[in-house]
Amino acid sequence: MRPEAAELPPEPEAAASPLVSIRDLRTYYSIRGSFADRLVGREAGVVRAVDGVSLDIRRGEVLGLVGESGSGKTTLGRTLLGLARATSGNVDFEGQEITRLPEREFRAVRRRMQVVFQDPHASLNPAMTIGQSVGHPFQIHGLERNRDRLRLRVSEMLERVGLAPAEAYLDKYPSDLSGGQKQRAVIARALILNPVMLVADEPVSMLDMSVRAKILELLLALKHDFDLTYLYITHDLATARFFCDRIAIMYLGRIVEIGPAAAIYADPKHPYTRALLRAIPEPDPERAVPRDLPRGEVPDAARPPLGCHFHPRCPNAFEPCGWESRDLRELLEARWARDAGREGVEEEEALFGDLSALDVPSPEVRFPPPRGRRPEEIVAALERIRSQDPGEPFWKGVERLEAQDAHVRLDFHPPNDPRLERTGEVDVACHLYGSAPR
Amino acid sequence: MSVLQVRRLRVYYGTPAQPVRAVEDVSLEIGEREVVGLVGESGCGKSTLGRGILGLLPEGARADGEVLYGGRNLIGLSPKELRRLRGPDLGLVFQEPMTRLNPLSRISEHFRETLKQHESRLSDAEMRRRSLETLGRMGIPPTRFDQYPHEFSGGMRQRIMIALALVLRPKLLVADEPTTSLDVIVEGQILALLADLKRDFGTALLLITHNLGIVAESCDRIAVMYAGKIVEEGPVRDVFANPAHPYTRELLRSTISLETTELHSIPGAPPNLIDPPPGCRFHPRCPDAMRVCAQLEPVEKRFDQVRRVQCWLHGPESRIPAGGELPLEREAIGVADEA
Repeated sequence: MRPEAAELPPEPEAAASPLVSIRDLRTYYSIRGSFADRLVGREAGVVRAVDGVSLDIRRGEVLGLVGESGSGKTTLGRTLLGLARATSGNVDFEGQEITRLPEREFRAVRRRMQVVFQDPHASLNPAMTIGQSVGHPFQIHGLERNRDRLRLRVSEMLERVGLAPAEAYLDKYPSDLSGGQKQRAVIARALILNPVMLVADEPVSMLDMSVRAKILELLLALKHDFDLTYLYITHDLATARFFCDRIAIMYLGRIVEIGPAAAIYADPKHPYTRALLRAIPEPDPERAVPRDLPRGEVPDAARPPLGCHFHPRCPNAFEPCGWESRDLRELLEARWARDAGREGVEEEEALFGDLSALDVPSPEVRFPPPRGRRPEEIVAALERIRSQDPGEPFWKGVERLEAQDAHVRLDFHPPNDPRLERTGEVDVACHLYGSAPR
Repeated sequence: MSVLQVRRLRVYYGTPAQPVRAVEDVSLEIGEREVVGLVGESGCGKSTLGRGILGLLPEGARADGEVLYGGRNLIGLSPKELRRLRGPDLGLVFQEPMTRLNPLSRISEHFRETLKQHESRLSDAEMRRRSLETLGRMGIPPTRFDQYPHEFSGGMRQRIMIALALVLRPKLLVADEPTTSLDVIVEGQILALLADLKRDFGTALLLITHNLGIVAESCDRIAVMYAGKIVEEGPVRDVFANPAHPYTRELLRSTISLETTELHSIPGAPPNLIDPPPGCRFHPRCPDAMRVCAQLEPVEKRFDQVRRVQCWLHGPESRIPAGGELPLEREAIGVADEA
């Protein structure tokens, strides 16, 4: 199925240095506030798109970087390519630190590390022929000026990616090609300068099901022929299974699980990895089971949850996972959504009043009842909600719930960030496995 | 009881050269509270069929045949009559939820406008109650009723779109790739909601998708479309366990799932619909093609009340000319001749 990566001469462990070595990489985007914000120097906030990632990409491997939108996987890829500036941390590529290279020097790096993006329709200049596009890297880097030799190189590459005979494609425009054909041309352009590494960001997710397999097979064959190393960025664990030697699962800027692909599929450890696997629809009605999916969506990366970022959606979350004020708001809103229109719901909403005080993240919640209400009423309502669904993980996080000094007081267990720790064959950042205090 | 019957529907798009025959002689029935999956590659006419059913074809399109709803043929109704049916009877959920909500209107205003348009008798309090209840079923809390579309994530906007269609309690909802731009987990959540429609709202659903995994999980029946025609139809379990048309079989094989052990793809691409291949339109790509397939259009074969296929492999033998069952010698398909 997959070509064995046995071509490399046997090297002693220590000598086999990784091709890419990422250490504590952070890429933050600042959010532009309003004009008034900027006038008074108020910070509108930062999105921690990549928030302390460390990983190695070994020579000749395919590393899958898997996560939903908002996980930071694309930003991580863009940081490697110098298309986004790292805020801090290091990236070593072929022994060279590249995060602080000036743009001019980065161009030399890009000859060695190329990219294929998701949307083939947006990746080719509509005013350039396929031949011009695929040969363009030679012009950008000033490597080949002889037109005949250039045309020959481009033709060879086109045929290598299946666009054969090349004469039939050289003078066509992107609009003449199907989606799959365009992606082949994009791959040809990425490989024409003989890079060592390719960042492939969702290279097949815009293509029809019937074409995906062909493009994946092409990428595997090219990897074999050109001795390439791939970073395969995707949200789809089903295609990654065919493609990757190792898998890194990302959630809100952090790696939550990383290890050999076989181990991750056979025995996923992190509840998020398990959820991603469970979410893939199985085209066999006999096997389809009712899927128990995590609630909600990936939260705003500008204001990530405390503790483990996944805890608000996690079915296995418990005391140390980082329960906080915003989880209370979510709990109440989910309840009111479910029961909307039923008797008693509007009264309950009125009892709690304005919930915006809960938007400030904190493991210690103090809020006054709305005018004319007593905190004891709210505490009683919360106790009633707890008794209706005592299995809800949220309640494990609650250490203390009482009325105090005309306020409702709700204390959660102190949040604790899980760190990546070796568990069996993989590294996983989850308190279910960690040695962190429970 | 069927909600909607499509009989011999054709939809042509006018082009300067020749008409594009996007939907050719399609018949399909959707039962009450039934979930029917319509699948096929891009460019096979799935969306055109969905829009044709709702009378939402773009200008320049011509439709003939019958789309029977409540004893009336929707083909030929005036735009005004169609508008009255759309909403309370026939609902539509599109692919791109971002572009379908008015960025300047609160969610509550979207609902008020929809309900005023079609159910003006309702009191304000009743409109509010019904909107909140429908939104709640889709997981949108009442506290967010007065927010603007940009304050919601993509998944939530799609939930709002579905709620907007459902608040009028339509008999049939057409959902055209409703989860394509969403993440896997959110996709799963939305599909679960759609699968519950029949229970919660008594709505039938036509789900248009290219993902067979989605059909396996959410649909009762499947119709497979190729080059403007429905080539196979039947209960999901039967069709997936035992596909009768080679196109269905190849589509199933090329779907990548966790159970996939080998990558597979269908060579070639769907034909252009200005001048589709003669005989069976799939014959240039079909691994099982026989000589007859390139000559004559296949005859519809019905296995029983609910299962049908259009493929010469299923005969009738009496209609196949002498030597017609011999394998078809074909031109090779280039590696990159693909969709």
